[in-house]
Amino acid sequence: MTMVDTPAPTPAPTPPVLPVTRQGRRLSLPDNGYRTMLAVAAVIVGALAVWLVVAIVIQAHPAFVTLGYSWILQKTWDPSHGKYGLLPFILGTLESTAIAVVLAVPIGLGTALALAYLVPHRIRSVLSTAVELLAAVPSVVYGLWGLVVLAPLFRTTVEPFLTAVFGWTGLFDGPNEGVGLLLAGVILFVMILPTMVAISRDVLAVVPKEQVEGAMALGATRWQVLHKVVVPGARTGILGAFTLATGRALGETVAVAMVIGNSPYIAHSLKSPAATLPSLIVNNFGESSGTELAALFGAGLVLLVIGISVNSLARWLVWSTSGGNSQAGAR
Amino acid sequence: MTIVEAPVELPVDATTERRRAIQAAASSSLRRRKLSSGIAIGVCWAFLGIAIIPLVAVLIYVTAKGLPAWNVDFFTQSTTPEGIPGGGVWNAIVGTVEITLIAVAVTVPLGLLCGLFLAESNGRIAATLRFTADVMTGVPSITVGIFGYIAIVKNFGGYSGLAGAFAIGFIMLPVITRAGETAIRGVPQSLNEAALALGARRATIARRVVVPTALPGIITGVLLAVARGLGETAPLLLTIFGNQYLQWNPTKPMEALPILIYNNSSQPYADLVQVAWGAALLLMVVVLVLSIGSRLFAARLQKERR
Amino acid sequence: MIEAEVTVARVEEAVAVYSDEVVVDQPERKVVMTLADVAVAFGGRTAVRDVTFDVHAGEVTALIGPSGSGKTTLLRALNRMHDTVRTAAVTGTVRLGDLDVYAPSTDPTLLRSRVGMVFQRPNPFPTMSIYENAVAGLKFNGVRKKSLLDEAAESALIGAALWDSVKDRMKAHASTLSGGEQQRLCIARALAVEPEVLLMDEPTSALDPIATKRIEELVVELKDRVTIIIVTHNMQQAMRVSDRCAFLLMGEDKAGELIEFGPTATLFSEPTDPRTLDYVNGRFG
Repeated sequence: MTMVDTPAPTPAPTPPVLPVTRQGRRLSLPDNGYRTMLAVAAVIVGALAVWLVVAIVIQAHPAFVTLGYSWILQKTWDPSHGKYGLLPFILGTLESTAIAVVLAVPIGLGTALALAYLVPHRIRSVLSTAVELLAAVPSVVYGLWGLVVLAPLFRTTVEPFLTAVFGWTGLFDGPNEGVGLLLAGVILFVMILPTMVAISRDVLAVVPKEQVEGAMALGATRWQVLHKVVVPGARTGILGAFTLATGRALGETVAVAMVIGNSPYIAHSLKSPAATLPSLIVNNFGESSGTELAALFGAGLVLLVIGISVNSLARWLVWSTSGGNSQAGAR
Repeated sequence: MTIVEAPVELPVDATTERRRAIQAAASSSLRRRKLSSGIAIGVCWAFLGIAIIPLVAVLIYVTAKGLPAWNVDFFTQSTTPEGIPGGGVWNAIVGTVEITLIAVAVTVPLGLLCGLFLAESNGRIAATLRFTADVMTGVPSITVGIFGYIAIVKNFGGYSGLAGAFAIGFIMLPVITRAGETAIRGVPQSLNEAALALGARRATIARRVVVPTALPGIITGVLLAVARGLGETAPLLLTIFGNQYLQWNPTKPMEALPILIYNNSSQPYADLVQVAWGAALLLMVVVLVLSIGSRLFAARLQKERR
Repeated sequence: MIEAEVTVARVEEAVAVYSDEVVVDQPERKVVMTLADVAVAFGGRTAVRDVTFDVHAGEVTALIGPSGSGKTTLLRALNRMHDTVRTAAVTGTVRLGDLDVYAPSTDPTLLRSRVGMVFQRPNPFPTMSIYENAVAGLKFNGVRKKSLLDEAAESALIGAALWDSVKDRMKAHASTLSGGEQQRLCIARALAVEPEVLLMDEPTSALDPIATKRIEELVVELKDRVTIIIVTHNMQQAMRVSDRCAFLLMGEDKAGELIEFGPTATLFSEPTDPRTLDYVNGRFG
């Protein structure tokens, strides 16, 4: 905003003798108008973001007035008895995201490495495009597929198998229902995989050829080249891919709502039905009012805070790893 | 006997000795290194397979389930209540197209101007705005839906297509802004300076030089943003509400393809689920065509430039 | 007419090369690497061919010639760097001692631990510290003993004339070094594996004159420790650092070929091939 203000009050009469400098041009009125237009656009975009936060805070405020602050971390969601604990949903959000990320990071990275360095050139572009295009498949389509195809498969095959093999961990207690935390996590994994793959592949592919050849020429095996040189060289970008994928998983709504079972209790096993903050909001929004509606806005606020925290944390990590390097460079 | 010779150790000898030790280590570890390399590379291939399977499965399954739903009525009739045969998704197509067009009409100019601003400034304000745009990309879409509800639905007479366009536009805006900035920054500074040296005004340069040169990148960015906006469901659920009947007026509740899929899929009626699959296929085809189209278009523009 | 002249020149050349070998009064050193009829083609297009010469232990052999003559392509054939290019085909014979470099039983990774390489532009691994860079090759080759790693790193850094300036900051990132220092780190990285032959691909092309001078001095110092094959397009550099020279030139079909090979002094003062004479007198590229 100061940028807009400064040029305006000084319509400096440029001496005609002097050549018109860039500085001088910027002061001339039409250019000034142009700059103002750009600045106005920028202000609108910034204001929208601020408005979003302020609006949600204001709407969620009544819930804090009525319930204090502790309700966010309480365990019971029972609107008919005035209980609006968000803990089951916060946990459900984090758990389903964790399942998705745990699957997507190794598989996505391996796929990206294969696409960037292993797959023959001719089919490389076809496979890459296929993976990227699937990032564009609408989430509701994944949800529908998960509900109709995967849920029965999970009930009859996947969950009994996992229970038989890993039952002793206690992670797979309870009946095989198909829908639940595990299926939600797996659907999220399928959904964030293209994001993870597409970005990681791009950053892995731009690691300079000289680095790769340098390692090769020292007698490194193919895997040593990838593991010791290529992946570390792309770590900043991989972290960015991870963040974006995590953000998508945290905020994904309808696909999860369709397959998680929507149970307002803390899941005691991976097979249990659960709920996430977005699924809570979307399932109850239509028929709520008063404190419940405010509590749903509160849930949106909590989700926003989690989303922005993850985003900022990853940004800081990227900044500190790359910034650490450049600081070392200055020494 | 060797004691006499021992202290005099030529560097060449040390080198040779070390060379032997290193080469011994290299050859004795070769099998292990090649094996672990082979295994790791194999795992990468396996992961590629794992990644491809579900993705291809989704494509094939949706096509197989959705194609039978496609007929003339599907594209020309509005949704019928459950139990009544026939009916289509015309109302949802109208809603989706109208909402997307409104969102594009507002966000493309706004996003591009903002992208120009970011590309031309390097100060703290620009940095803050860039950060804001990045964070906006990360705002969960359901939260955007809530925002649309609070900002438009509550203040301007209830659920409406416009509220939906507002929410979808909010999601598209940061994508267009950042894609625009990236594309504009890619324009060679020399072009800019050459135009400046000719005495052109900055607005003229932007319109005649910078934006046209950056056009392939901008178009790709816009189409990707549209593709993303088309598939969004959650924000629409909170803003346009859904409507079984054809509605052209964007100030009224409207239907949209993602909402129709979401609502129909949880119904116990086979014909409604069938329509949901048909709509899913339609949505997927449109999004894929947009994505592929933007790619091809950008590639062709770039080739022509060369 | 012209063809006849060329043929005559070729015969003379063959004779002359032969007689040169006899005339030169330097001790006949062991041959570490032999090239016989080596040719490299990409997708059926020959990039360089007809290369036959011996590389002698403890010497610096320079590959010279104008750009496009296939010097770098030839150099990269010697440690099988073309393996990654699907369309590349290397024919002829390259031998490292008793080892047939292109035999199916030869493992390229093991070969590359015996034939090191330094590239045109310094390429230290940016995510590793100076020490990690120095021992990277050893670790790739399965050396795990800390004492051997430390000893080899120190010896290699001393060899690359870098030890004194980095011994107190071994944990610093490689990117903290200047361009010339980075290239010397790359030389140290290659030396640490104690290869028998070190291939250098225009190692000074990205450096300023002072850094170039230090690298040239280094090349001469290092030849007792490792046999060096260096590509350069700078004739003065070849004269300053090399013992023998191979002169390559692009033929009419755009493929590089070996024109002349011999002791550097002879090649520059009394070349047998008129084309070599033209080149050393500055009549090409």
